[in-house]
Amino acid sequence: MKAKFLIPLLLFVILVGFLAVGLNRDPHEVPSPLIGKQAPAFELPQLADPQKTFSPESMKGKPWILNVWASWCVACREEHPVLVELGKLKVAPIIGLDYKDKRDDAMAMLTRQGNPYDLSAFDANGRVGIDYGVYGVPETYVIDKAGVIRFKHIGPITMDLLNKKIIPLLGELK
Amino acid sequence: MILKKFLPLILSAIALACAMNIASAKDAAPLADDPVTEQRLIAISEEMRCLVCQNESLAGSRSDLANDLRREIRVLIVEGKTDEQIRNFMVERYGDFVLYRPPVKPITWLLWIGPFVILLAGIIGLMIYLRRRNQSVPSTTLSAEDNRRIDALLQDAKSSSTENAHD
Repeated sequence: MKAKFLIPLLLFVILVGFLAVGLNRDPHEVPSPLIGKQAPAFELPQLADPQKTFSPESMKGKPWILNVWASWCVACREEHPVLVELGKLKVAPIIGLDYKDKRDDAMAMLTRQGNPYDLSAFDANGRVGIDYGVYGVPETYVIDKAGVIRFKHIGPITMDLLNKKIIPLLGELK
Repeated sequence: MILKKFLPLILSAIALACAMNIASAKDAAPLADDPVTEQRLIAISEEMRCLVCQNESLAGSRSDLANDLRREIRVLIVEGKTDEQIRNFMVERYGDFVLYRPPVKPITWLLWIGPFVILLAGIIGLMIYLRRRNQSVPSTTLSAEDNRRIDALLQDAKSSSTENAHD
């Protein structure tokens, strides 16, 4: 008989549980449909040297990191030191995708804050960004030997994320 | 004379037309100037969520990305892609989240059917409750003894009320 009175309480606890999970989620972290799929192909001029181009095709055979950034993006500046650290570790090539930026501004930022990128591709009109489902710079992708996207992070990467997720994943993919 | 009378009106109409022109010129320069394409663009993008400002549709958002995506959709329309193909283009890149109407598939079954399941559970629960309550109400058929007592009590009440009226 007593158990009956506990039912509303139980329902309330379940409701609170759902709300707690829902409220603690970041609505901006939309699961990418690109995970497990082939990284979209493109060919873009490089940031440092417009004469040369970059294509993901050339990265086949080793896991690599694609980092979408821009000099106008404040969160990228915050993220930059973490990338510089990652660059020093030499775990994998880091390719930048300079998204809707001005060449001079981008170069100035790399001179000022250090350049962790093996090279950066220059996506002036953001067309390649659309193919990669970019909607909030910075975004970071881990792409495996076969050119398949294995991981995506939206927003600045942190040392914690680097150590717990990205570096172990790269180790696995080697 | 008539012209003089209407001149202010005509001038203000011209001014208004200019103002409207300026207002529309400030909007994203439409790549496709024909209204049919724009109409289709609006129809498609109103059904899509802007990823940057998530409670706005792609048609209504002024974010940079929304501008770019509208431009991209215009290109696809001009290329002669169907609405379905354009929707797929967006879903391939941004997931089902861009669609305001989520498709019916195993992962969204709970979303689509859930409310009806809860409604059904509520109706079944209510029926069980009402049935049980009906059974728990004691039988209403009165025995001869009960009727005799009721008559006695009513008689009592009547006589006492007439007594009171006399006071």
